[in-house]
Amino acid sequence: MAALTEVDLGASSVRDLNQALHAPATESAASWRVLNPRGAHSVACGLKDEVTVDVEGHVGYYCAGMNQRATVTVHGNAGVGVAENMMSGAVRVRGDASQSAGATAHGGLLVIEGNAAARCGISMKGVDIVVGGNVGHMSAFMGQAGRLVVCGDAGDALGDSLYEARLYVKGKVKSLGADCVEKEMRDEHRVELAELLKAAEFDQDPADFRRYGSARRLYHFKVDNSTAY
Amino acid sequence: MCGIVGLHLREPSLEPRLGELLTAMLGQVVERGPDSAGVAVYGDPRLSPPGRAVVSLLGVTPHQAATALPDAVVVAADATTVVHAQSPVAELLATIATALPRATVIGSGEGFAVLKGTGNPVQLAKEFGLAGVTGYQGVGHTRMATESAVTPEGAHPFSVGPGQCLVHNGSFANHATIRRELRAQGVQFDSENDSEVGARFVAHHLDRGADLEKALRLLCERFDGFYTLLVSTADSFAVVRDAIACKPALVAETDAWVAMASEYRALDVLPGIENARIFEPEPEEVYVWQR
Repeated sequence: MAALTEVDLGASSVRDLNQALHAPATESAASWRVLNPRGAHSVACGLKDEVTVDVEGHVGYYCAGMNQRATVTVHGNAGVGVAENMMSGAVRVRGDASQSAGATAHGGLLVIEGNAAARCGISMKGVDIVVGGNVGHMSAFMGQAGRLVVCGDAGDALGDSLYEARLYVKGKVKSLGADCVEKEMRDEHRVELAELLKAAEFDQDPADFRRYGSARRLYHFKVDNSTAY
Repeated sequence: MCGIVGLHLREPSLEPRLGELLTAMLGQVVERGPDSAGVAVYGDPRLSPPGRAVVSLLGVTPHQAATALPDAVVVAADATTVVHAQSPVAELLATIATALPRATVIGSGEGFAVLKGTGNPVQLAKEFGLAGVTGYQGVGHTRMATESAVTPEGAHPFSVGPGQCLVHNGSFANHATIRRELRAQGVQFDSENDSEVGARFVAHHLDRGADLEKALRLLCERFDGFYTLLVSTADSFAVVRDAIACKPALVAETDAWVAMASEYRALDVLPGIENARIFEPEPEEVYVWQR
């Protein structure tokens, strides 16, 4: 039985909390509970061990940023840039997430049970993001790798300037961004979507989703455009 | 950056706590704008007793104001001097223009005062006596200057029409063009500040009969740049963001109040926040709450 450590941010600073979380884990699966975050920024950032952190309330910017191996759950809403630049591990937001959720993240799983605001998965580089509700405009902008699953609707310019990330949306897409197109859902896509929905613990039927991806027309310079310069 | 906080009370029993709550909210957005701050408060009996014309001034000392305006009551608040008198607002403004020609009017109307200054927002709130202020609506701003100098005049809110108030996080790209157009139509400006152009634009359209929602829709059509705006009048409280919506905004709403802030931590100080409906305003959607 792993030890549970409670940290009250009403009494301790975020810096003290993060330093404690960064200390080499003495137990293989240490558990932490963070109380009274009250919108504080940078909660549980830069974790690199297999620890479990439950944050009891709303957090501010960059919560669980740069995460490696840790499992962080926010029992509330998250501000700008939750799990930005995550490398591995898992981050779950029980409420809504503000803009740029999972920005530039290389790996791991980010689950947002509510809605994510604009630019969810901007410049994603390998992370898997599963959103229970809607995502805002310009989600997966310049996405390079990874998967974004949206169980609700997507806002304007989904997948603008997309490289290789795969996008699955169940609801309506307000508009597709430059070079983002709808693509055929083949068996391998239904399989990977089912795995992602299962990992996120969402009870959804993969058959209800559509797939979007890059048309790969922006990879190369078109000589026809040379006169524009 | 810049920080915005605003509180529109629905529950009259909270009115004695307006200033205390606004002070706590402002204290949470200091890092977003540590160089200057300002507030607008609606309904405080000391700053703006009912039935009296109220004018908020910069560039004069309380002593100068008291000497020049013997019939007015003078209230000092850091760099700001608030004067109120038993006369129509236009008459008090005309008297000030003659008797205090070097003063800058930063707010006028009934039941409404604007307080601005430079320096740390927490210290300024003390100088303003903000914690003791009462009323039904308040707006605050902490400024990180980008487009013009750090002066009390450059601090927000910008109030250029009766009881109107605008605070801005962001920067307008085409403000010089719009300023020229408004000047050509006879609108006068106090500064080179981009946010003042937004306030003048809204006031101009309200003056021509638009309601606040219409004026803000027109602003979205005409202005280029980044903005999250909180705009208030004596009876309304409105939020709008540009199409890109990169400047943060959160709204929280309960039966007792509507509040807006740049960051959640400024809303967390409010009573009943645990049961509030919290959402991010959508880009280019105008949200208006009426009293």
